[in-house]
Amino acid sequence: MEAVFSFLEQHLELTYIVILSIFLGVEVISRVPSVLHTPLMSGANAIHGVVIIGAIIVMGQASDENYLALILGFLAVILGTINVVGGFVVTDRMLEMFKSKKTK
Amino acid sequence: MLSLIYLIGSVTFIVGLKMLSNPATARKGNAIAAGGMALAILGTIFLYRHNGQGLHNYGWIITGLVVGGVIGLISARRVKMTAMPEMVSLFNGMGGACAALISVVEFEHMAGTLADIPDVRGQLGIIFAGMIIGAVSFAGSVIAWGKLNGRIRDISFQGQHILNLSVLAVIVLLTIFVTVTLPSATVALFASVLVLSLIYGVFFVLPIGGADMPVVISLLNSFTGVAAACGGFLYNNPVMLTGGILVGSAGTILTILMCKAMNRSLKNVLIGAFGGAKAGGVAKEQGAYKEISLSDTAVVMAYAHKVMIVPGYGLAVAQAQHACHELETLLEGRGVEVRYAIHPVAGRMPGHMNVLLAEADVPYDKLLEMEQANGQFNTTDVVLILGANDVVNPAAKSDPSSPIYGMPILEVENARSVIVNKRSMKPGYAGIENDLFFQPKTSMLFGDAKQVLQQLVAEIVNSL
Repeated sequence: MEAVFSFLEQHLELTYIVILSIFLGVEVISRVPSVLHTPLMSGANAIHGVVIIGAIIVMGQASDENYLALILGFLAVILGTINVVGGFVVTDRMLEMFKSKKTK
Repeated sequence: MLSLIYLIGSVTFIVGLKMLSNPATARKGNAIAAGGMALAILGTIFLYRHNGQGLHNYGWIITGLVVGGVIGLISARRVKMTAMPEMVSLFNGMGGACAALISVVEFEHMAGTLADIPDVRGQLGIIFAGMIIGAVSFAGSVIAWGKLNGRIRDISFQGQHILNLSVLAVIVLLTIFVTVTLPSATVALFASVLVLSLIYGVFFVLPIGGADMPVVISLLNSFTGVAAACGGFLYNNPVMLTGGILVGSAGTILTILMCKAMNRSLKNVLIGAFGGAKAGGVAKEQGAYKEISLSDTAVVMAYAHKVMIVPGYGLAVAQAQHACHELETLLEGRGVEVRYAIHPVAGRMPGHMNVLLAEADVPYDKLLEMEQANGQFNTTDVVLILGANDVVNPAAKSDPSSPIYGMPILEVENARSVIVNKRSMKPGYAGIENDLFFQPKTSMLFGDAKQVLQQLVAEIVNSL
């Protein structure tokens, strides 16, 4: 238990961010028409692709002889990028269709 | 400089998500979030410093980005509108796997020297959390993907929930054990937790019915968000944290909203797997249904005052949205009032039908939401149901033993007549019979939605 508290104290700023982000996420989403559930889910899916940043850091810090880290990190970069790029493109394709109807 | 970029990234995620929840701004919101993401990625690559040292292995990083980018771009561009839900699930799984891999590598860095690291328990806990959640999300998403495209069937057996809970309990206990006692066999324990997490992800999704997959995907989506946030803690990285937690909480709310649209609780979706207890309603005598010919359908529709079209998954599978729009314009040209009644969970994802019909340029104001549509059925002459089933099943209102009991439905039986286009008499995704098809008002028009619609159009043009 003590370890948990000391960890939180050391990461106090981050803990604030976590708590505020939770409320923010709830607030931002609460009033969304059901039409947009799918694109919104897909958009959120793309946003959690930020893990890619972690993958880049892992990759960039791996030493040259550590093949396990290099290979896994490389894989992580690929997977993360697919998540980000694919996620945003799919979302855009879904929303494109709403748009075409609007201009008409 | 980099922290400034991360700040901008975080703000674009918030603004993007906010804009995504409004139809008018959604597309822009997506673009803004994507821009912020690109900025954050580029910033990390070129400006990241840890203890004064920059990153290396640029070759690997760039290659990875290019390979992943190309795969992501191509698969996202090529995927059919009907297969969108699977695609989203798969992308989500990739994100989960990415988070899990990061944890694995970071663990490998630490493994030999656990005792020498300050604050080791906190870090280890975060690494475990990221790995577990990421792995569950990855395995679950792959199963959800397989279920949506029909590769994997629903599998449930006696005591499955007990087994699932035990696996989860073992995962949690092992994690606590390792982080608290820092045993010498950490590597083996870490590996077993990883394997157990993957197994749990599989078992978690396997028994859940295909119709509930959107809810599951949305839930797994928020899991991946939390896994990404774990990475944020690990690297003291605010943008990963904001993005991850934002998706985690927004995804959870979205999941609950989706459940509400089906009038079910999340618990009910996760535990009350469809098809498990199907005692009532199966052996019931259904009587005969009547068929209607194409030409009769054409006549009935062409001379109606008001036609309501109820699209469902069948429309999506047959890619019949353009043919549908053609029929609608043709009928409108003859003075028939045509509207679409959209059930919030018609198709495989909420909003699926709206997206599909929007693709065919169906005007927005012709799409009625469920409440609106239900108020208009009693003034409707003909309801044309295109490949929808469970969302018009009156058992949801009348039969407490039905697995979909309590789900709000489109009350099409209030209309003067109902024409149901289906490929066969097979039950819908929830696997239950539909009394509607056997009511005297209802006639069946069998065939592929696209072909039937095209033939209807031809029939009206040529003979009427």
